[in-house]
Amino acid sequence: MENWLSMTPYPLLSALIWLLLLFLAMYLARKPFHRSMSALGRVVYNSMRMAASSVKQAEKHLLARNREVLIYAGLKMTERKVEREFERISISIQRHLEGYPQIQRKLNEDLLRIEGDFKKSAIVSQSLPDWVKILDGVANIRPIGDRMVIHMLEQIHDTLTEQHKNAVELHRRDMAERHGILSRMVPFWHGVHKTLEGIEKAILNLNQRSKTIDRYMSEYEAIRAQTDMAQRQLSTSSLTQFLVSGLVLAVAAVGIIFNFNLVALPMSEIMGASNYLGVFRISDVGGWLIVILEIILGVFMMDTLRVTHFFDRIDSLEDSKRRIIFWILFAVLILMACFESALALVRDRMVADMQDLHQSISGSAIEASELASSSIPKIGQMIMAFILPIFLTFAAIPFESFVGASRTALGILAGWSLRIAAFVLRLLGNFGFYTGRLIVSIYDLAIFPALWLEGAIGQRFSRTKEENLQPSGVAASEQIVVLEAEPAAHPKGAIE
Amino acid sequence: MKRVAALCILIALIGGMQGCSGRTDRSQGVYLLLDTSGAHAAEMNKAREVIYFLLRTLQPGDTLFVSRIDTVSFSEKNIVAEARFDQRPSVTNAQKRSFQKKIDVFLSSVSDNKYADIAGGILQAIESMNESRSGSKYILIFSDLEEEPSKGFGRDVPLALNGFHVVAFNMPQLRDNKYDPKTFLGRVEEWRQKTEKGGGQWRFIDDVERLEAILER
Repeated sequence: MENWLSMTPYPLLSALIWLLLLFLAMYLARKPFHRSMSALGRVVYNSMRMAASSVKQAEKHLLARNREVLIYAGLKMTERKVEREFERISISIQRHLEGYPQIQRKLNEDLLRIEGDFKKSAIVSQSLPDWVKILDGVANIRPIGDRMVIHMLEQIHDTLTEQHKNAVELHRRDMAERHGILSRMVPFWHGVHKTLEGIEKAILNLNQRSKTIDRYMSEYEAIRAQTDMAQRQLSTSSLTQFLVSGLVLAVAAVGIIFNFNLVALPMSEIMGASNYLGVFRISDVGGWLIVILEIILGVFMMDTLRVTHFFDRIDSLEDSKRRIIFWILFAVLILMACFESALALVRDRMVADMQDLHQSISGSAIEASELASSSIPKIGQMIMAFILPIFLTFAAIPFESFVGASRTALGILAGWSLRIAAFVLRLLGNFGFYTGRLIVSIYDLAIFPALWLEGAIGQRFSRTKEENLQPSGVAASEQIVVLEAEPAAHPKGAIE
Repeated sequence: MKRVAALCILIALIGGMQGCSGRTDRSQGVYLLLDTSGAHAAEMNKAREVIYFLLRTLQPGDTLFVSRIDTVSFSEKNIVAEARFDQRPSVTNAQKRSFQKKIDVFLSSVSDNKYADIAGGILQAIESMNESRSGSKYILIFSDLEEEPSKGFGRDVPLALNGFHVVAFNMPQLRDNKYDPKTFLGRVEEWRQKTEKGGGQWRFIDDVERLEAILER
């Protein structure tokens, strides 16, 4: 630096000369510099635009794929719902209307019986015989004093009274019989009423189911038509499922870790505590194996129950076979839960033994508290070890939802990422281009005295030229090579 | 074609399983050489502390030897207690209890002795540790590192300590109360050189807490 400034005896003068030389060099190199900066700006701009365009294309493909996946998942879900509704209808029909011919026969029989009873009850009992009226007329003749007539009339009267009495008795008995017939009809009436009510309920149920199927079918139609509304609904539903099932799975993961901790220590008693498989202790591997086996059992059980649909082979099995497999799996699960419960007991004893040893070694034997000596923690551990495997079988349900929803959620996330990437690339392209322009402007600003001088000299020359050439000539305008105008939306060579 | 592919996968799986099942031996073998010459009560308590620490720390499958080096010439008779802990934790606990009893009996009856055959002890330790086939081998020396073997016992044989960690405790005043740091540190340096020459790793620690970091798996 000092050497540079020692060009003249005065450092300031030397610095001034260097500055002038630098300006001169910059002025002379102005055009090539402008061109190279312009080219650089364009290179950055175009390459970034190209990259952004590729990313946009990828985003478009991804969105299309996401849409397909979403629509497919939606269709599948709706199909399953409709299938389920049909199954319910089938069950309802089997339960209520399968024996409809028998019901109808019973109804007919009941109605016939009611009709017969009704006819029977309609039979009017026999009234008093006609000659009674004649006798009644004779009996009403006034006695005229003849003893024989009197006696005869009295006899007639007695007979008549007797007859009347018998008739009333008979009438009462007939009435009682008719009432009996009518009262026997009541249960049949009730039976008919009940049967009809059952049929009505079944039909109402079918009606409701058919309405539900109608709703699902319209949903299905909307999804098939790929309407935006259906897509939005599916997308929202998928994200909700993703979050909820993720949350449940997180809880299940805690349960898995807890379960493993219950099993790991006693497994060392069974498999040895000093054997390693790679970097993992074999007893730990055994513990994890038990827990994972329980989860796999859960997955198979849920598949056999058709709650989840991981394996098509299980799904398509006959119902009887599925039922057999389910009960076998359930038995194995219960066996494993019992085994874990026993392991929990062993664990409790091992922990107590270790504590005892440590206290003996450290010489700080502490009298066991009432809680420590009670069997409640032991029983608690055993119950936990029994329940956790059963609880973990249900993890298959949120797991399936999570896997299904994660495809959509990850697709949406990837779409957003690509969109952001495209935006950033465009931004970088524009930034590169305008940075080039800014550098050019700063360059020109640095050599503005030279430019000003050039302008002044150029003006003088042009004026002289004008005077010489006369007005026909067009005034030569200043031709300063400037970085091309803004590339606007589509600069030459830029690829969208 | 499918069968061939299935067979290939099966062979690969069996190969992989065999590769994985190469059990890593992470067991530790510890051989504690106890110099009871001088036999101050405080030092013996410290020795007890070290042994108890080892009993707490060592795991199933590990090996522990405790031997005294205060005899004219070291032999197997000097081993106070030894145990190769079983793989089952419950059996290990029983072994530890038995070990603790032996140590308690020994430490309560320990008497002063002027001899200290450290080199002989290390030779025995090397032999025992190699027999135990432990993954990591440690020789702990609880001594002021001053050797006093009886004359006539050659102890200048090279120590084959390759793969061994030799850990000495800072016990400068074990034998008497005259503490000369220069002499003590000279002995420490001498043993360090011997150990490293034999291919072992030398550590010199002040207290039991440091031992925890050394024995960490």
